[in-house]
Amino acid sequence: MKIIISAKSNQLEGSPDERFGRAAWLIKVDSATGEWQAFPNPGANQSGGAGVAAAQFVIDQKADAVISGDFGPHASRALKAAHIEMYILTGAADSLKKAMELFSQSLLPVFQP
Amino acid sequence: MQIAIASGKGGTGKTTIATSLAKSLVGSHKVHYLDCDVEAPNGHLFLHPDIQTQKDAIIRIPQIDTNLCTLCGRCVEVCQFHALAQTADEIVLFPELCHGCGSCTWNCPEDAITEIANPIGIIESGITPDGINFCHGVLKISEPMPTPIIRQMRKYKSLSRDSVVILDAPPGASCSVVETLRAVDYAILVTEPSPFGKHDLLQIFGILKDLKIPAGVIINRTDGHESDIEQLILEKQIPILMQIPFDKSIAAGIASGRTLVELQPEYRERFIAMFDFIESFLAVEQVC
Repeated sequence: MKIIISAKSNQLEGSPDERFGRAAWLIKVDSATGEWQAFPNPGANQSGGAGVAAAQFVIDQKADAVISGDFGPHASRALKAAHIEMYILTGAADSLKKAMELFSQSLLPVFQP
Repeated sequence: MQIAIASGKGGTGKTTIATSLAKSLVGSHKVHYLDCDVEAPNGHLFLHPDIQTQKDAIIRIPQIDTNLCTLCGRCVEVCQFHALAQTADEIVLFPELCHGCGSCTWNCPEDAITEIANPIGIIESGITPDGINFCHGVLKISEPMPTPIIRQMRKYKSLSRDSVVILDAPPGASCSVVETLRAVDYAILVTEPSPFGKHDLLQIFGILKDLKIPAGVIINRTDGHESDIEQLILEKQIPILMQIPFDKSIAAGIASGRTLVELQPEYRERFIAMFDFIESFLAVEQVC
């Protein structure tokens, strides 16, 4: 399963970013192999439409699920149309590693628009 | 001649100046007053126009024919505003993000896109009891984009060359202010002797410099502490057109919907003199 998490840095030890469209990095993790890759978020520096730009990137990466602090109305509409599951970070997810752990234990809540 | 009234900081007195200038000139000129603050227009509260025409302000948004669309993604690629997204089985449109630029329609290789009108507000126009041609735009609540309305307002009437067009700008220093200032002959900047007034005035100076529009400043609500802002304006070699002292009776009168020239008729002469100064300044500039 391919999962994308919004992040403040390009490291697995770093903190997730509560913001989706404006997060500096999007980290793609393969939950089966543990392989991961960091991408600069194409939405981060947009003057408008950041959420859609980030969502399009997630769609193009063929991710199955995405984890962030929240999803705006445009981003969530685009992700939903692409049938990508959206999960919300909890306080316990203080690093990307921890967020992935919580995700694999089904401890991250599903995004409710 | 087109004169914009702008400020940077909100609440400095743009509408106070714009409405009083319009009222002062209407005896001798054909005057158009355009309220370009389409997110919160208030000129009508002072000028009391009889609204005669109402028109939708629109942007043209794409409509995709799913029978013709091959999901090639070209439209998504060319959209600079991220108003389109592509999934495995559809193109998703976000109308609120669309600027109506037409790039998607133009670039679609299948001619699958047509454009439909999306109303984002209304443009109302009419005439005031003292004969000012009045026009304002009203952006629909929740619509995020004021610039298309301002652009359409300015096209709305074919404005004769000998008329004076007064454009009451929105506050701030954003796209809608630039859209109002674009191609005007002169800008009157209204500021106040406060750190905020000074800070935001500097931003407008920057915009006007880029747009190459000459300007003068009115310092409103002076209270004896304006030497700081006066010095700043003089350093920029911009004329101070007028100073209006803080006066509680003016504030109370404005709050009850009366204009400055109605409250203190002696200002009429001052506005006419200011307009004459601007007119002769522009005449000299044209010769040079």
